[in-house]
Amino acid sequence: MKKSKILMIVGSLLLLSLFIFPLWNISLEAPQYPIPLGMDIWVNKIADTHEGDLKNINLLNHYVGMKAIPEHMKEFDIFPYVIVIMSLMGIGFGFIGNKKLYLTWFIIMAVLGIMGMYDFYLWEYDYGHTLNPKAAIKIAGMAYQPPLFGTKQIANFTAISLPLTGAYLMFTGMFITLAAFFVARKEDKKAANQAGK
Amino acid sequence: MKKNFTFLLALSFLVIAMTGCNKGSKSGALKSGVAEKVYVAPGEHDKFYAFISGGFSGQLAVYGLPSGRLFKVIPVFSVDAEKAYGFNEETKPLLNTSHGFIPWDDAHHPDISQTNGELDGRWIFINGNNTPRIARISLKTFETAEILEIPNSAGNHSSCFVTENTEYVVAGTRFSVPIPQRDMPIKDYKGNFKGALSFISVDPKDGNMSIAFQILMPGFNYDLSHPGRNKSHGWFFFTTYNTEEANSLLEVNASQNDKDYIAAVNWKKAEEYIKAGKFKTMPANFAHNVYSETNHSATSTMEKEVKVLDPAECPGLVYFLPTPKSPHGCDVDPSGEYIVGSGKLAAALTVHSFTKILKAIEDKKFDGNAYGIPILKYDDIVAGVVEQPGLGPLHTEFDDKGNAYTTFFISSEVVKWKLGTWEVLDRKPCFYSVGHLMIPGGNSRKPFGKYLVAMNKITKDRYLPTGPEMCQSAQLYDISGDKMELLLDFPTIGEPHYAAGCPAELLEANSQKFYKLDENKHPYATKSEADTKVVREGNNVHVYMTMIRSHFSPDNIEGIKVGDKVFFHITNLEQDFDVPHGFGMIGAQNSELLIMPGQTETLVYEPKQVGVWPFYCTDFCSALHQEMQGYMRVSAPGSNVPLKWSLDGE
Repeated sequence: MKKSKILMIVGSLLLLSLFIFPLWNISLEAPQYPIPLGMDIWVNKIADTHEGDLKNINLLNHYVGMKAIPEHMKEFDIFPYVIVIMSLMGIGFGFIGNKKLYLTWFIIMAVLGIMGMYDFYLWEYDYGHTLNPKAAIKIAGMAYQPPLFGTKQIANFTAISLPLTGAYLMFTGMFITLAAFFVARKEDKKAANQAGK
Repeated sequence: MKKNFTFLLALSFLVIAMTGCNKGSKSGALKSGVAEKVYVAPGEHDKFYAFISGGFSGQLAVYGLPSGRLFKVIPVFSVDAEKAYGFNEETKPLLNTSHGFIPWDDAHHPDISQTNGELDGRWIFINGNNTPRIARISLKTFETAEILEIPNSAGNHSSCFVTENTEYVVAGTRFSVPIPQRDMPIKDYKGNFKGALSFISVDPKDGNMSIAFQILMPGFNYDLSHPGRNKSHGWFFFTTYNTEEANSLLEVNASQNDKDYIAAVNWKKAEEYIKAGKFKTMPANFAHNVYSETNHSATSTMEKEVKVLDPAECPGLVYFLPTPKSPHGCDVDPSGEYIVGSGKLAAALTVHSFTKILKAIEDKKFDGNAYGIPILKYDDIVAGVVEQPGLGPLHTEFDDKGNAYTTFFISSEVVKWKLGTWEVLDRKPCFYSVGHLMIPGGNSRKPFGKYLVAMNKITKDRYLPTGPEMCQSAQLYDISGDKMELLLDFPTIGEPHYAAGCPAELLEANSQKFYKLDENKHPYATKSEADTKVVREGNNVHVYMTMIRSHFSPDNIEGIKVGDKVFFHITNLEQDFDVPHGFGMIGAQNSELLIMPGQTETLVYEPKQVGVWPFYCTDFCSALHQEMQGYMRVSAPGSNVPLKWSLDGE
């Protein structure tokens, strides 16, 4: 089998690691929390970083009137299918072995990724801005939206938002499929040259 | 004259300059770096745990070494209103005895469980001296897990020490008493009173204790005991005093014999006799109290019989080792060869050799017997004598370099000496009148010879005065060098009677952070606010309440009447480390509750007056702690106010 085909198949398969590893993490650091509170975001759920973290984040957030972290979101119904379909599609394209399909797959994936991040941003915006008017603690002009990426000070907490293993493996997979495209192009040129001789 | 004046002036300047110099340089503790040796920077952890009994406080306190900082007082034998120990319905059964509920005891000798002769950090045991009991404390939760009453015993003092694999925790009686107890003249003591040595087996899985057997010994006083280890594993040694069997003015009448005994008990032999059915089953009545970590509640069961062995009928079970002058400590070195008897009225320390003891037994070289128990010949069994070490030896522990350290009560000092050569290497004063001492692991095969804690009986001027009653005091010595170095004085709770210590890493990682709500099997647990309710059963009203930052649910309760008995069953719904909530109810003739995350506790409140009575959270839990409160409406007897409960009007 051609090297490019193997790369395309392996790259697409790496997407499935999202079912084994979490995608993203938001952690909250404060002096009283020597072990930071954290939520791990998966394609199909939001989970504790350490046991009880979601409960404790919700507990603290209720003082400023934030909603509880949802146990279920419509995205959790959609994302797993998208991942499985994209992975199968990538594997299929790999077997077909057409470099244009490789590039197409990469572009679709990139667009979906950007849409996913935008969707994540919208949720964060709503989570940080929709506050219960009866909240015990109100700080004028304060919003509690966590950062999309990187670090942000929110009241007494430092919120840190960073990708986790699942995301890194997905990015690696995408990089490999892009590499598959360039390798395939090289292979095609070589084949054309040989044919030309 | 003028010349003289100039000379004097110059001299004065010189003196002032020298004094100034002195002030500028480091002196005392700073000069020798002692302060740095006990300084644990903010946020850093100590290297060792020290569990120091509170003596007459009845409790066990947890300190860090080398800082001497107090971390926790674990309530064991005395009620503790702060923690609702002995006040809430869950812990009351722990303090039940054959004499009923007893709110106090005298807690003496803690000992950490062992495996293969080394500290294993599973449990710590401690004896209740006054109403004889043994407690087992979990070193995961640092809470009392079990208390077993000891029948046929009085003044449970030669207790409680564990064998090499925690096969047994052993409890000997100080007072001999009529066994079974009966109405008889005190003057008939001699020959009629008996002393019971109890061997309590410990279940290796859950630590549950049960009395395997008792040995009914002659009517002496049994003072302290220690297990054989390594080569002497299978034996247990008990010091005796009052072998005169006096029953009055013991300070004189029990100090007449030139030698008393160390009783050497072969407990492997006892097991054989038990197996062979050589025991009698005696009727008895003693409480066995067990606390369940999942039910968060204790139960008390009365046990009705005990197996006893008579040493006169069981040859080879017990031998007496003559030891000078009312020995207190009998301490076994890490190799198990040497048994150090501290004759507390003697001028020398006697050390017996286990090898020689076995040889003397084999050769049957006895010096008569006492009540059928063979007495070995002193000269045949002595390994050596530490001559003129000090006055009033009490207790010896060991380091990992072949040295022994003995406290001397009367001369108020700790003395370091060498095993085998018996020479005194160093001595340091104690302030004042030291009793027991502790080296972490010093009563095991593997001592950690870094620090020594001396526990003193008298404090006097060591701290800022606080009226006639002063705190008692412990002192920390560095024993890592050739000479001991006094590092620190630190105050203690109650009387720091005896201690056990271990490296921090043995316990630190296992210390429980909170109780899982899912695992809470308390019959009155409420696991969500939706399940809260108030149920009337005649005059008993059960309030199923929850607490979470920063409210109770329900927080308004109506329909309670004067004459009711209200049971507040409160569950802390938190699942985070170090977020307890408290509960205080106005007019409750009871303590507060202090409830750990995931735990359920019950407070009984019997309202006496009509009115609307508030309750509140007593542990500063959150920014809105002061808002964590509620009301209970109490109506007149026979009133028809319906039973109602709510949170935020719902």
